Amino acid sequence: MPQKSIRQALNEALAQEMRRDPRIIVIGEDVAGGAGSEGQRDAYGGVLGVTKGLFGEFGESRVIDTPITESAIMGAAAGAAVTGLRPVAELMFSDFFGVCFDQIFNQAAKFRYMFGGKATTPLVIRTMIGAGRSAAAQHSQSPYGIFTSVPGLKCVVPSNAYDAKGLLISAIRDDDPVIFCEHKLMYDLRAEVPDEPYTIPFGEANIVRDGDDVTIVALARMVHYAAEAAEALAKEGIEIELIDPRTTSPLDEDTILESVERTGRLVIVDEATPRCSFATDIAALVADRAFAALKAPIRRVTAPHTPVPFSPSLEKLYIPSPEKIAAAVREVYGYAK
Amino acid sequence: MQLSREELIRAYRDMVTIRRFEERVQEEFSKGGIPGFVHLYAGEEASAVGVCTHLGPKDYIASTHRGHGHSIAKGCDVVGMMCELYGRQSGLCGGKGGSMHIADLDVGMLGANGIVGGGPPLVVGAALTAKTLGTGTVAVCFSGDGASNQGTTFEALNMAVVLKLPAIFVFENNQYGEGTGVAYAVGSGDIAGRARGFGLPAVKVDGDDFFAVHEAAREAIERARTGGGPSAIEVDTCRFYGHHSGDAQLYRGKDEVKNLRDQRDCLQHFRRRVDEAKLLDMDALDAVDAEIAALIERAVVTARAAPVPPESALLTDVYASY
Repeated sequence: MPQKSIRQALNEALAQEMRRDPRIIVIGEDVAGGAGSEGQRDAYGGVLGVTKGLFGEFGESRVIDTPITESAIMGAAAGAAVTGLRPVAELMFSDFFGVCFDQIFNQAAKFRYMFGGKATTPLVIRTMIGAGRSAAAQHSQSPYGIFTSVPGLKCVVPSNAYDAKGLLISAIRDDDPVIFCEHKLMYDLRAEVPDEPYTIPFGEANIVRDGDDVTIVALARMVHYAAEAAEALAKEGIEIELIDPRTTSPLDEDTILESVERTGRLVIVDEATPRCSFATDIAALVADRAFAALKAPIRRVTAPHTPVPFSPSLEKLYIPSPEKIAAAVREVYGYAK
Repeated sequence: MQLSREELIRAYRDMVTIRRFEERVQEEFSKGGIPGFVHLYAGEEASAVGVCTHLGPKDYIASTHRGHGHSIAKGCDVVGMMCELYGRQSGLCGGKGGSMHIADLDVGMLGANGIVGGGPPLVVGAALTAKTLGTGTVAVCFSGDGASNQGTTFEALNMAVVLKLPAIFVFENNQYGEGTGVAYAVGSGDIAGRARGFGLPAVKVDGDDFFAVHEAAREAIERARTGGGPSAIEVDTCRFYGHHSGDAQLYRGKDEVKNLRDQRDCLQHFRRRVDEAKLLDMDALDAVDAEIAALIERAVVTARAAPVPPESALLTDVYASY
C-alpha cells in the first residue's frame, strides 16, 4: 500500500469527494491564493498546501478564495450547507474561531434542533490545531474541547494519515456540521493510505496498542507521544492499552470503558488546557461509569491552565511529553501496591 | 507643516531603524536563530513613522501581526524587541509573546495582534478611556487592507463615530492580504471610501511619501485631540518581503519586488526629498545610518546571549490574582 503524508491524504480525500459530488465546494482564505495578483494562481493551496491543485481541477466556482473575513466564511458556508451545497470551509487556525464562533455555535450547530428537525447542515470546517511551532498564544491552541461541548457539532481529531483520509471522507458525507481538527506539526507524518476512497465511522475508537496494565486515552500528536511512552514502559514490564478515540463527538465510550474495566487504571493525555476539557470529560465518564473497576486515581497529563507561551523553552514545558506521560503511568501502576 | 531639522532627523532615524531591524530579522530568521513566524514591515516605514511622530507616550496604538515597525515608531526599546523575538526573558514580553504579540503598554503600544481585525475594537476602547477620563490623548489603530474586510473593523468604525471618539484608523494597504491581492479581496477597492460610508472623514495618501502621511496624520490626530471625533487614513504602500518570512511569494509578478524596491522605497524618497530641498545634508543621514547599524548589531548580540525565561515563568501572569 502506498505511503502518504497527512497533507496528501487530506488532499486526496477532498479531490475524490469533489469528483463524486458537484455540490462539494472548498471555501476559505488562500485555499488557492494569488487571486487579484500578477503572479501565480493557486500560489498557496492553503497556507500549508493541503488544498493545492484543487483549483486547477475544479476551478474558481468550487475552490473559492475569500477575503480575510472569518465570520462571513463560516456564515456563508453554514448558509450554503443548509440550502443545498456541501461546503468544506477552512478556518486557517482554530484560534480564529474566536472571530466567527457565532456562525458556528449559534447558527450552524443549532439549525436542525431549533427548526424542529427540518434543517440539514452538511458542513465541514477544517482547521489547524496544536502547539510546538512557537506560533504563540493566538496560533497554537487546541480548542476541540470547546467544539465538543456544543450540541449539534461533531468533532474529529485524527492522529495519522490513514485515519485523516477516511475520517475526512466521512465528514464530507455526514449531514451534520463537523469540525475537523488537523495538527499543524503532523502534516508530513506518513502512513499507508489506500488510493481508493474509504470511510471511517465516527464514534469508533482505534486501539493503537493492546495491554492489560494501564489504559491511556490520547488524541492527535499525543497519540504518538503516548506510544513512545508505552514503548519505554513495556521495557519496565508495564503493558499499555493505547486508545485513540479519533472523534471526540460522537465519542466511543464503550471502548474506553471496556478497557478500563480490564486495566483498572487510566491516564488521559491532552495537549489542550485542563479545565472543562476533553481530558476532564473522559475522566468524568470513567469515574461515573467504571468507578468500581478503578484500582488507582485517574491521572490527566495536559497542558497547564495558561495561554501557549512563545519562547521555545517554555512551550516545550507546556506540551505534555513522553516522559511526563510515563511518569503518570508509573504513578497509577504503582498506586497502593 | 514645516518640520524642524531635529524632527526630520528623528523621522529618518525611526524609519532606518525599522528597515535595518527587519532586514536583520529576516537574516537571523533564515539562519534559524528566531523561532516561530515573523511578518516583516520593510517598505511601509513611512506609514508608522509618519503617524507616530505626532503621538506622545500616553497616546495608544494597536497594531497587526506585521507589528515591528509600529512598535519601533511608537518608542518600544529595540533591544528589548529583539530579545522578545528570540524568546528571551529580557524581551519586552518576557519571551512569552513573540513577534506576533510584541507590546509595551508603558509607551502606549497595545500590542501586535495575531488576529486580523483584532485591533480596531480595542482602539475604540482606548479612545473611550481617553474621552471618559478627559486625558486629551488619542488612540490610533494600524490595520492592513486585510482587516478592512473584517466585521470587527466595520463595527469599530461605526462605534467610534457613534461615540465621537478620539480614534484614528490607519489602513495600510500593502496590496496583499497574505497571498491574495487587494484587487480581488477588497470589494470596492476603496478602503477610505468605506470609512467615509461610516461617517468618518477619510483620505488616501501615498505611503511612499513620509511627508504626505505626516500631513494627513497631523490633521486627523489634531481633529481627534480637539474633540472632532474619529478619522481614517488609507495608506497606499507595499511590502518588500512576503506575507511572512519564508513565504515563496508565487503570487507576485515577475520582478515585482525588484520594481517596488527601485521605485517605491520610502527611505530613498525621503533622502531625495530632503536633499533636493536642502533641508538636511546627506552626511547627517549617513551618520544616522551608522548609528542604527551599531544599534541593531547590539540588539542581536544582546538577544543571542540573553537567558531564556525560567521554567516558573510558564505559570505566571495568567491572572492578576487567582
